[in-house]
Amino acid sequence: MKGAYLDHASATPVRKEALDTMLPYFSEKYGNPSNVYDMGSKIRQVVEEQRAMVADLIGATAAEIIFTSSGAEANNLAIKGVAFARQKKGKHVIVSAIEHHSVLNSARFLERMDFEATFLAVDEFGCVDPNRLAKAITPETVLVSIMHANNEIGTIEPIVELAAVCKEKGIIFHTDAVASVGNTSVDVNELNVDLLSLSGASLGAPKGIGALYFNKKIRLMPLIHGGIQENGRRAGTENVPAIVGLGKAAQLAIKELPEKESHVRRLRDRLVQGILERVEKVTFTGHLVNRLPGHASFCFESVEGEALIFMLAQAGIYTNTGSACASKALKTSPVLGAIGIRADLAQGSTVFTLNARTTKEEIDYVLEALPPVVDRLRSMSPIWGKEMPEYAEDVCH
Amino acid sequence: MKFVEDQSSDDTLDLVCRMCPMHLLEPGERLKCMKTGQVLEVLTDYDGALDDIPEWCKKCGHEFIGIEEDEDCYKLYIKKKK
Repeated sequence: MKGAYLDHASATPVRKEALDTMLPYFSEKYGNPSNVYDMGSKIRQVVEEQRAMVADLIGATAAEIIFTSSGAEANNLAIKGVAFARQKKGKHVIVSAIEHHSVLNSARFLERMDFEATFLAVDEFGCVDPNRLAKAITPETVLVSIMHANNEIGTIEPIVELAAVCKEKGIIFHTDAVASVGNTSVDVNELNVDLLSLSGASLGAPKGIGALYFNKKIRLMPLIHGGIQENGRRAGTENVPAIVGLGKAAQLAIKELPEKESHVRRLRDRLVQGILERVEKVTFTGHLVNRLPGHASFCFESVEGEALIFMLAQAGIYTNTGSACASKALKTSPVLGAIGIRADLAQGSTVFTLNARTTKEEIDYVLEALPPVVDRLRSMSPIWGKEMPEYAEDVCH
Repeated sequence: MKFVEDQSSDDTLDLVCRMCPMHLLEPGERLKCMKTGQVLEVLTDYDGALDDIPEWCKKCGHEFIGIEEDEDCYKLYIKKKK
């Protein structure tokens, strides 16, 4: 049966090179990096080499990288860690309204801890306006967190401009780059950010590993207390095999990124053009130009995204609604609500994410199989062909 | 407890927010990169460091100069002796 896997933002296979490099660290080279004898110190050295490889990928130095269990943990550490460390200076944080839940819910958690949080509005493409950010800053603001690229609509934010606003006012700036590292070029010096989160799963490393870049001048309150791992900033015996996988995946990404970007961009453009030509009443979401190269997102009118995902899966095509709210909580995605998509239209959200393994044949198969599936769902829809009110409602916060 | 005021230093090690035993591990590493006679300023909010660091200096042969209380942390000064 023909098929297409276009849900690489959810899960992507571990690179064979990464897996091969990891395997000895499960059973042959199992020493604890904290041990002082040679079995441990050799592993410590390996961990530090991987740290340098991850740092290289984003233009950082090894001492500026903290390994975490995921991108979500890196986001939690950045937001809560900075907020708690700086709470004597002020108790106000700013995040955008379209952040990943690990950022949004960290900010909401801080609200419960007597901080104030501002959830910054975005424009119709999902972009945060630097002027709007400047106006939201108060003397109490200690941290701003704006994602580098949005996982649901693919938009790349103007991080350089946003970070500059914060630098000028002496406010710490964090960016969640989980969706972008490994998919487009990311350099902490060019972006001029103080903290940046990344995830191994986006890079072809295994799930369960991430990293936080932090400017060494920043104080960070640890969230996990215990031993001396990660220089006392994140306790817990290191997940050495996963760290080795992340290091290898980072090394491969540095070498392969330019070719990957051009490959996925070409196929993504073919997919977008093909869908817009073949399917009527479909809205392309996110920024038209400033977006992740392998990312295409749409809202199909009068179609339930969830139903579309299931029917496509029956045809061997794997995509995503892009939002846990839409998929599991049966609510409208906060991201689509924030960019002004009507609640009924937002229900038809479908996100396609490509990677270096994606082929032209997969894209052409999607273009062949998708239109009849959309037609079939619309033929069963009670709202197809009816006028809908022009407002967004029932947004999941 | 020996208190000092306006003590100058050649390098600063910020350990605020970090717990025991980082205040006993990191100064040694940082002093390795410094010259004999130079002064390291250690910032910490861990009370235990007030006893531990002078004791550690004795054991390692460095001179403990003293402590200064800042708004949100303690500043401890160590002169590298060897």
